[in-house]
Amino acid sequence: MKSEITITVYTENQVGLLNRIAILFSRRKINIESLNTSPSELEGIHRFTIVVFEDEEIVRKLARQIEKQVDVLKVYFNTNDEIIWQEMALYKVPADIIAEKVKVERLLRENGARAVVIRKDYIVFETTGQREEIDSLIARLQPLGLIEFVRSARVAIIKASAGFHSKLLEFEQQQPGPMLSDNSYLGRNEEIFTM
Amino acid sequence: MQSATSNQNIPAPVELMSGGEMVMKALIAENVQHIFGYPGGAIMPIYDALFDYTDRLQHILVRHEQGAIHAAQGYARVSGKTGVVFATSGPGATNLITGLADALIDSTPLVCITGQVFAHLLGTDAFQETDVINITTPVTKWNCQVTEAAEIGPALAKAFYIAATGRPGPVLLDITKNAQLEKMPVQSYEKCNKIRSYRPQPIVRTDYIEQAIALINQAQRPFLIFGQGVLLGGAEKELIALIEKSGIPAAWTIMGKGALPTDHFLNVGMLGMHGNAAPNILTNECDVLVAVGMRFDDRVTGRLDKYARQAAIIHLDIDPAEIDKNVKTTVPVWGNCKETLPLLTKGIIKRSHERWLEKFHTLLSEEDKVVIQNEQNPKSGPLTMAEVVARLNDITKGDAILVSDVGQHQMVVCRYARLNHTRSNITSGGLGTMGFALPAGLGAALASRQLPVVAVIGDGGIQMTIQELGTLMQTQAPLKIIILNNAYLGMVRQWQELFHENRYSFVNISSPDYVALAAAYGIAGTKVTERSELVDALTTMLAVNGPYLLDVSVAKEDNIFPMVPQGKGVSEIVLSKDDMK
Repeated sequence: MKSEITITVYTENQVGLLNRIAILFSRRKINIESLNTSPSELEGIHRFTIVVFEDEEIVRKLARQIEKQVDVLKVYFNTNDEIIWQEMALYKVPADIIAEKVKVERLLRENGARAVVIRKDYIVFETTGQREEIDSLIARLQPLGLIEFVRSARVAIIKASAGFHSKLLEFEQQQPGPMLSDNSYLGRNEEIFTM
Repeated sequence: MQSATSNQNIPAPVELMSGGEMVMKALIAENVQHIFGYPGGAIMPIYDALFDYTDRLQHILVRHEQGAIHAAQGYARVSGKTGVVFATSGPGATNLITGLADALIDSTPLVCITGQVFAHLLGTDAFQETDVINITTPVTKWNCQVTEAAEIGPALAKAFYIAATGRPGPVLLDITKNAQLEKMPVQSYEKCNKIRSYRPQPIVRTDYIEQAIALINQAQRPFLIFGQGVLLGGAEKELIALIEKSGIPAAWTIMGKGALPTDHFLNVGMLGMHGNAAPNILTNECDVLVAVGMRFDDRVTGRLDKYARQAAIIHLDIDPAEIDKNVKTTVPVWGNCKETLPLLTKGIIKRSHERWLEKFHTLLSEEDKVVIQNEQNPKSGPLTMAEVVARLNDITKGDAILVSDVGQHQMVVCRYARLNHTRSNITSGGLGTMGFALPAGLGAALASRQLPVVAVIGDGGIQMTIQELGTLMQTQAPLKIIILNNAYLGMVRQWQELFHENRYSFVNISSPDYVALAAAYGIAGTKVTERSELVDALTTMLAVNGPYLLDVSVAKEDNIFPMVPQGKGVSEIVLSKDDMK
């Protein structure tokens, strides 16, 4: 049975690795609902948080294929009840409706929205929460003149384990990670003579 | 004249080397002797460096990059060493794709080095620029782009380590031209033996070993099936030790053929769609199925819901991703079978399973009567593919390496070739790449020290990479080519006959005069059309030093049987077309 599953992947920070991981999904025609990639607590190690709507057995096989990649350290996959997760959203709302309509202000306050930027013409609010909470707030702001909206990918923490943190420290002690090597020549065409 | 004191102020000159030279240094440190490649603009500095190393590195100039990579595969599969390929950027690199995909699915260790445009030109659609890293990502075990000379050594060290360890596979290193040209202070080459994020093989778990031993000891009808993992792990002796102690009959996938001598008393034949009837049928009667270094490919299992449902399944594999991928395992034995097989052997009790083995023999004699004898020893009519292989067996006595292409003749070779030696069946198993055998045979012939190498190829496959006759001409590699010529794309034709009501859609293929073509390349050859000519022609072929081509006309519309029809379970294997109704 399909359900929402969050896959957590610890990797080296290498150019091209995002593609190597992404194609494992696209090859099986599995849609990625949400993808967050960011540095982990340790320098040089990245953490991917990937959300899919899939059968757990399929995700188990997929997770093994991801973990098989040379630059991947560790993969976890969890159902929603095994994790604590949040998404962040930004809402750009015309300043005048806030001033004119009390219910908008109340709505934002009830949802724990925090003003990030206040300008004469618009105000940008931020909320953090689960997908349904954000969805319901947009639905209610939409008829009131929402100008722009953006939502982040999911970030999630796994409830059960002590986490991968101690393992990561061990990795780092055993052997430092490879240096990130990017292209230092880009944009230097004119300095370099070629045939 | 300078004083001694002023001399001290001049720094000692730093010795420099180019990135291209670093590649050579790495190849020599990795004990590479042969490189298969084709030069071009973006890899010229590497070829320039190679020019000074021709005493230690033999470069085989192919006629197309696909030929280079298949040759490297054949070389790697026979020698057990990592095959090395050079290709230039753009089209040179894209021509490697088929070989990379083939090597990945068949777990062949390769290091491919491609030239790339200057680093500052990346992404500008420069001449012969293509995004090789992203194109090859799904078909490589690992790949990496290098844009500076100092990175070449460490990247190559990683490449060789990753290609050959764990479950082997192809690795590609894309080196920009500036990195090849760049001069840097002389660097030593340090081999890689550890990558923190990479675990070549899982830790062997004793609890699983114990569970597996208990299952095997209790089994009444145990059956062992093995694949290429045995060859890759170098565990041929360990496999024999296990089956001889436990008395378990053993069958093989085409990738595993050769790990167990054909004549071994517990060898019960080939698995899969065109395998032997006995191992397919009895897969569904065994009570314990021990799978060693094989991946339950769909051509081996047929319909999964009708595959060994009654059996407890023990799966030995080095790649944890293979466990439960296709067939649900009762006991997973993770690890290199070189290590795990002896652990099982130690724990199991010595037994024999005479009556169970007898069932295999009964089914085999039935197949022998209905299929094999007619195929191998026809009294009249046109020559058959099987009789060519059978007569070859008579001469080689199993002391040969057989390379096959893809299609009907491949099944015939895998079914009937008698092989005494490990690493002696070279074929494109997983990808099914037509055009594989001529270049792979060339690589195999360069790798084989004692055994003759015979490439058996269909008239379709040979024409896909026939340009490599040029490479054969230039290297004079002692490859013997047998073309089994039925003037059809035989396997497709067979399917059209069996499943598409004889609608022969574009399978009628014409051929050049292969003997004349070989002669044009300076390669000797003969055409065989009569049964009476066959043995003499094979004998001559094997006696010749250097390459030789035999064009054998065989029956046009022969079918390969037995067959597990598409969508059927393995025990529904049929021995003839009449049984399919």
